[in-house]
Amino acid sequence: MLYFSKLKIISVLIFTIVISFFTISNFIKLDNDLFKRNINLGLDLQGGSYLLLEIDNSPVIIQKLQSKLSSLKKFLKDNDIRSTNFKIIDDKKISFVVDENSKDKVLSLLKDEESEINPYFQRFKTHEFDVEESKELSSSNINLQYSEYGLVLLKSSSQDQAIEIVRRRVDEIGTNEPNILKRGSDRILVELPGLDNPDRIKSLLGKTANLTFRFVTQSEEESFGTERIPYQDEEGDAIVSKRIILSGDNLVDAQPRMDNQANETVVSFTLDRVGAKKFAKATTSGVGKNLAIILDGKIISAPSVREPIVGGSGQITGGFTFQTATDLALLLRSGALPAPMKIIEERTVGPDLGQDSIDAGILSLIIGFALVVIFMIIKYRIFGFIANIALITNLLLLIGILTLFEATLTLPGIAGIILTVGMAVDANVLIYERIKEEIKSENNKILAFDSGYVKSKTTILDANITTLIAALILFILGSGPVKGFALTLGVGILTTLFSVYFIARLLTSLYVIKNKDKEKLI
Amino acid sequence: MEKRNIPFNKFYKQFNVLSLTLILISLVLLTFKGLNYGVDFKGGTLIELRSLDKTLSISDLRRSFNNLNLGDVTVKNFGKENDYVIKFEKKQSIEENFIENIKIELANDIGNIFEFRRVESVGPKVSSELLKSGVIAIALSLGAMLIYIWIRFEWQFSLGAITAVFHDVVITLGFFSLLNFEINLSIVAAVLTIVGYSMNDTVVIFDRVRENLRKYADIKIFEITNISINETLSRTIITSVTTLLALLSIFIFGGAILKGFSFAMILGVIVGTYSSIYIANPILVRLNVSQKTILKEEKE
Repeated sequence: MLYFSKLKIISVLIFTIVISFFTISNFIKLDNDLFKRNINLGLDLQGGSYLLLEIDNSPVIIQKLQSKLSSLKKFLKDNDIRSTNFKIIDDKKISFVVDENSKDKVLSLLKDEESEINPYFQRFKTHEFDVEESKELSSSNINLQYSEYGLVLLKSSSQDQAIEIVRRRVDEIGTNEPNILKRGSDRILVELPGLDNPDRIKSLLGKTANLTFRFVTQSEEESFGTERIPYQDEEGDAIVSKRIILSGDNLVDAQPRMDNQANETVVSFTLDRVGAKKFAKATTSGVGKNLAIILDGKIISAPSVREPIVGGSGQITGGFTFQTATDLALLLRSGALPAPMKIIEERTVGPDLGQDSIDAGILSLIIGFALVVIFMIIKYRIFGFIANIALITNLLLLIGILTLFEATLTLPGIAGIILTVGMAVDANVLIYERIKEEIKSENNKILAFDSGYVKSKTTILDANITTLIAALILFILGSGPVKGFALTLGVGILTTLFSVYFIARLLTSLYVIKNKDKEKLI
Repeated sequence: MEKRNIPFNKFYKQFNVLSLTLILISLVLLTFKGLNYGVDFKGGTLIELRSLDKTLSISDLRRSFNNLNLGDVTVKNFGKENDYVIKFEKKQSIEENFIENIKIELANDIGNIFEFRRVESVGPKVSSELLKSGVIAIALSLGAMLIYIWIRFEWQFSLGAITAVFHDVVITLGFFSLLNFEINLSIVAAVLTIVGYSMNDTVVIFDRVRENLRKYADIKIFEITNISINETLSRTIITSVTTLLALLSIFIFGGAILKGFSFAMILGVIVGTYSSIYIANPILVRLNVSQKTILKEEKE
């Protein structure tokens, strides 16, 4: 175990030096692109906000069921099947009734592998909807419910849309290097480094921003139906037609603006071609009426139409401050979310606390390191010195590898590094203690050292693999800062084994071969 | 140099009784008193504040927060005298700007002297998921190690090691329950590291037991364990000392956030070192492990 080939020595040295360069590159500026990597600091160290959003898909499901219901009606009619009593049960099932004798035909249409009304089978071996039937006297009741896979597809498509909108909104605010990721089937993770006050972003992400323009009516009876909608700022509500003149989809731009005539802040908007046409038509026929501007189920304002608006642009009033107008314009520009979202987890760390944590982490690292180093020198003298060189190499390698992979360092991650310092000397201690035992029965010092290394090897491997298992599981299952801890602990074990078996062993062998005739070597 | 021979094995019984008592007490505590879950696992909100006015009394702050209708509120000093941690039941939900409201209310009530250093708000769904994944992580790592030791040694060793680790986890959690220390995500990390450390420590002694079983056919396991503990004793002590030095450094200088984590680890290292000697080994004795046990393994 004490013999090293020249080639091995050189490759160990090169590896160590290259990795150590990455460590150093964190502290000094290098022009070289390859070494221009840095350890990323976690949000708990650099300060910032972590928001976990959950999409509430139930409105999407209801909406999809409604549109499926009408296409189903048409589909059955086209196939000459008499069907009655269409309804949606519990917001999750479509139910209708057919004659007993046409039941089989309906079922075969719905369960056909190439069915267009109930698709997906060709691709996913399961239909969009699960079909159930139950007999009722002379007729059959048929129920359609989203299949597991149908629900997955629905969720993933609304997640895809939502993440796009979230990204646009976050980009509009202009925070640096936001990190926006999907989590599970209905969650979105937003990480905003450096942002210590996420209140504005939270209120922007919490809004669906569903904008519609609809006329206020007096009569409750209208062909499209009406509904009562409350005002946003004032008491009371208004009766509004269900007919949508314009929606947020027709907007191509929106900006906050100072209206000098009325001396108030407004949001001016520009419409696309289709929207401009619709708007012109509606405002031409609706002069004198009040046009309600509705955002997320609340009326912002309902100004009366004084003249036809044909230019394809207009403005929204509503007693805005400059801030609220800016936010509304931003929401309108970035588009509506497919479904409402809720913030289900928030973690925000101010930059001061982050810096305090870094300082405390580095201080405890230095002190912990110094204590271990001093202890080892007192205990093992020259071999303690060798173990300490291995320890320093270990640290350089650990930080270097984390840098190489641009890993994220968290506060628990720093704790993991310090713990590695404490536990890393274990392997060398095992070896040295074993050598001490061997020396009692073996006169040839070199042989004693050699067998000390050989005999302690399985122990060291077994002991480290068990800790590695813990680190691995923690890394897979842990979240956020804990993952960072698992990472440093796990990589720390690998670098420990390297530094013990290559660096410390090399130095030990050089020293022992030179001093083999010394009376008391260890 | 004379061979060290401390008769650890004389006290197997006494210490086993002690351990059993401690485990029982811990289980009683965990069942009836329970653990003090932090916002990670219970849901709710945590705010870390720094007051610029050092004369502010904690009771003023408590009164002010109690007026805000946030559910059950606890206010505590955290690290420095003008740093506070406030925890309450209310969590991030529909009313998205409640943190901002708190800022405004506090400024009105006490004055604009606060710096919000940290906000953590966890909804009920997320907190129950985090708890579940924490428990799964600990259970899985125990299972994985059980299998690893089983493959590398024999089932008797595996049982001994797992019992020792289980002992450490239960007693550490029992301490946390007794002292009412908060259990959060980083404590789960600490517990898993304790599992790793204790296992590590046990494996080193077991390795020596196996070696000695091979060497001495005529010595009983009762003596073999004692020889092995003594032979590995200096390593056991040195490694726990260096690890404890590093952990103490985190505990003292690492800031308030890492206090609970490093405390759990310190406790775990001490209990883990003890259990490697006094739980893992007596189990080998009780299961009557002999040279045959390991020779059978090698034939296969």
